[in-house]
Amino acid sequence: MIPILGLVIGIAIGLVVSPEVPLWLQPYLPIAVIAALDAVFGATRAALEGIFNDRVFVISFLSNVVVAALIVFLGNQLGVGAQLSTGVVVVLGLRIFSNVAAIRRHLLGA
Amino acid sequence: MTDTDRAGPRNRLHLPRRHHGPRVTTDQARSRLRSLATGARPSRGQVVAAMLLALLGIALVAQVRSTDEAGLRQLRQAELVALLDNVTGRVDALQQEVVQLEADRLRLQGEQGGEAAAVAAAERLESYAILAGTVPVQGPGVTIYVNDPEGGVTQTMMLDAIQELRDAGAEAIQIGAERVVASTWVGTDAEGRVTLDGAPLVPPYRIVAIGDSHTLAAAMAIPGGFSDSLRGVGATVNVVEDDDLLVDALHPAQEPRYARPVPSAPE
Repeated sequence: MIPILGLVIGIAIGLVVSPEVPLWLQPYLPIAVIAALDAVFGATRAALEGIFNDRVFVISFLSNVVVAALIVFLGNQLGVGAQLSTGVVVVLGLRIFSNVAAIRRHLLGA
Repeated sequence: MTDTDRAGPRNRLHLPRRHHGPRVTTDQARSRLRSLATGARPSRGQVVAAMLLALLGIALVAQVRSTDEAGLRQLRQAELVALLDNVTGRVDALQQEVVQLEADRLRLQGEQGGEAAAVAAAERLESYAILAGTVPVQGPGVTIYVNDPEGGVTQTMMLDAIQELRDAGAEAIQIGAERVVASTWVGTDAEGRVTLDGAPLVPPYRIVAIGDSHTLAAAMAIPGGFSDSLRGVGATVNVVEDDDLLVDALHPAQEPRYARPVPSAPE
């Protein structure tokens, strides 16, 4: 409940304040957001399975974001930023899909 | 995407020592969802998670906004180069199209000009053919019957007739079976007969002139003019106006042997 509230509040703040994305963050923010979304879906699945753990969620969230940003940063340094970003997005997309599929099975039994 | 949870990566950080998902019934899952929605104990972890999610919300909105208003600023160099390449290619293609279309337009204009020139040339040809007497013509005009039993009609009178008719705007003249054109000359032969282009005219003469019939008739009736002078030598002149006359005598066109057009000055 509280995390959901937090998400709603965050979106509201974003809409009201409409913060400017700093230039140095621009390559990393989209990837970071997708990584965080992956963590959120994983946490939702875990909550439905009754094994949700705050600490694990926080750590996985932060590490997902940081690792995703690091991979993109490394790719940019190596000159394969675009390809690595695509790879990261694909992998995170797969995980999001499988998590959503699990959530669906749990809730709908199909 | 496959929807088996046996597949896919198994190293989820938030699910330690998970071999595969525990068997969860849908009722269990739904009750847990309800408890999620209706509220859980506000533990510290929950609050931290909420803060993280708030951050995620902010980042999400900011990213969506910046993507919406993203110009080229957040694109990578490679993407920018690709974009530039693309745009350059498009510009080239469009310029080629412009050149093509310009050429088409010029060609069409030329064709149009050619068509107009052809129409003008056809009109000119028509009027020249009428003037040169190479085509039969019809139209309003007068027919002049001259009965000359005493043979008093002279070459000068015939010339006068032609001159008067032309002065009155006759566009085509036929005397007997001869078409009167620019080069037509009136003479006499050895027997004293009036000739037209060397062909003797035999009375009674029949002169057909195409033009404004009233004007032509008035020109023939001028006091002291053609009709009067002929009557003075004992000939009878009868002028009949008509709305539709036919001038069917033709004058064979001759290529000029000596006259040449002056070449037009180069523009």
